[in-house]
Amino acid sequence: MVSVPDAAPVRRNRLTAWFRRSEAAQGYALMSPTLVVLVVGIAVPLLILIAMSMWTRDGFGFDMTPTFANYERAATEPIFGTLLTRSFFVSGLATFFTVLLCYPMAYYVAFHVHRNKMLWIVLMTLPFWTSYLLRVFAWRVILGYEGVINSAFLTAGWIEAPLEFLLYSQTAVIITLAHAWAAFAILPLYVSLEKIDKSLLEAATDLGDGPFTRFMRITLPLSMPGVISACFLIFIPTTGDYITPALLGGPDGVMIGNLIQLQFGPVNNWPMGSALSIVLMAWIAALALVFLFLTRKAKDQLA
Amino acid sequence: MREGTYIKQPNRALQVYAIVFLIVLYLPVLFIPLFSFNDSIYVRFPMQGLTFHWYADLWTRDTVWAALKNSLTVGLWVSVISTCLGVVAARAITRYQMPGQNAIVTFAMLPLIVPGVIFGVALLVLVSRLGIPLSLYTVGFGHLIICLPFAIATLLPRFEGFDRSMEEASADLGENGWWTFWRVTFPMVAPGIVASLLLTFTISFDEFIMTFFLSGTDTTLPIYIWTQLRFPREFPAVLALSTIILALSFVMVFVALWIGRLGAVRDQVKATNEGA
Repeated sequence: MVSVPDAAPVRRNRLTAWFRRSEAAQGYALMSPTLVVLVVGIAVPLLILIAMSMWTRDGFGFDMTPTFANYERAATEPIFGTLLTRSFFVSGLATFFTVLLCYPMAYYVAFHVHRNKMLWIVLMTLPFWTSYLLRVFAWRVILGYEGVINSAFLTAGWIEAPLEFLLYSQTAVIITLAHAWAAFAILPLYVSLEKIDKSLLEAATDLGDGPFTRFMRITLPLSMPGVISACFLIFIPTTGDYITPALLGGPDGVMIGNLIQLQFGPVNNWPMGSALSIVLMAWIAALALVFLFLTRKAKDQLA
Repeated sequence: MREGTYIKQPNRALQVYAIVFLIVLYLPVLFIPLFSFNDSIYVRFPMQGLTFHWYADLWTRDTVWAALKNSLTVGLWVSVISTCLGVVAARAITRYQMPGQNAIVTFAMLPLIVPGVIFGVALLVLVSRLGIPLSLYTVGFGHLIICLPFAIATLLPRFEGFDRSMEEASADLGENGWWTFWRVTFPMVAPGIVASLLLTFTISFDEFIMTFFLSGTDTTLPIYIWTQLRFPREFPAVLALSTIILALSFVMVFVALWIGRLGAVRDQVKATNEGA
């Protein structure tokens, strides 16, 4: 039996050998199912969304001739600009208050809790894992016309008539967003505060700094990366929030996410909705770059 | 013990703030169970007395049972699939040197940051262009995209803290790849897997916005609640249903975090023993 190796098995053997040697190929092969889901579930839909944003609605179908008309409408018609600005305004305020209110809490756990730190962190983040819809719904129960606050105040005799500004206002949206996203601020703030070398604070005190100066000169600057990432983690997702403005916003509290849903729902202009989604995405990407730049700058200053 | 003596001084004001913060964090959600036992169709003070009527009412509704069944089915499938996808991704990333692995992780984390509305409409456009009818399958796929970042984020640290020499020892002792995986690798990462299953199930069970865009006639519990919110007289029933969902989520997540922590503690003990 003289074996004459023909070409195919040799090639296959070489391929196998290459595969065995190449770490990257093995890694990608192992996680290929995940990669397929990521491509089909994230990359492809976003590309189709971009394509559709350049189409035009044509009765029940679409006119697929590429055009920038939807983007022109988004840029010129005041309603779109107004809602986008309002979304950024509302999310910005909600982000500001969330970070401001969560900072002392994170500070307390990082510096003043010595036992059961883990328990505190679990306690602070547990509500975040429960249904977002229900947490928002809870605020409707509280702020409603006949809700907890109004009926309690009426029963107590503090007010004559229900306070109308509570529900269906931008204030209601801001309060609810700040409450619902607290966990996103707590964690990064806590991590950056926990990392601070306590001997630096000691040094500052030895050199004559009081508690306030010490905080302004050491703690706050060193925790800036945490503050920036907390802002990022709350501001970006809340700009496109749908549930909170829909349940608590009323006409004055409508945001860009609700407008996008309208285009895909009752208005039935999918290309316009796609264009608005892409505009929102572009703004988010631009803001993400700014945040990234700020983080790098903050880190450079620390180094 | 001079180190940080003044830092360790208890700060009364901060302590009070922390307590108030926790109360404010939990209080709003607690009004839901409180009023679900209230014997009145109106959600307002003063309360009218204790009743279980709203829960009994839920029990008799076929639509609630159907929605619950859908939620559980989708949740179970999504948690298992997303955890499997998370396991292969975490294993590949930690075991092999791959160019662009950070970019892949960042890409997978996108659904955590980008507003859900955008992914909802993007997937809606995709399935409608492909001519796929909206069903629980499209809902499940949407949930999968949302749950995957959580699965990867939960599993990556477990696989990173993993001691490769254990696997090498197993191979040296003559086990093949599969047996090594089942008898060495799997038990070591099991707490991460259980935590990932529980967390992704909870997220899928509570998911609203993807389901809102991607569901057909069969819907899940959050969508059922959403549709009932339009009718004021359904408010108490919604409160009762919400109470059940909240209780379930709290238990699931607490167990998940506890198991995840248990794994971390076990590692610490092992590390200390090895150090000694």
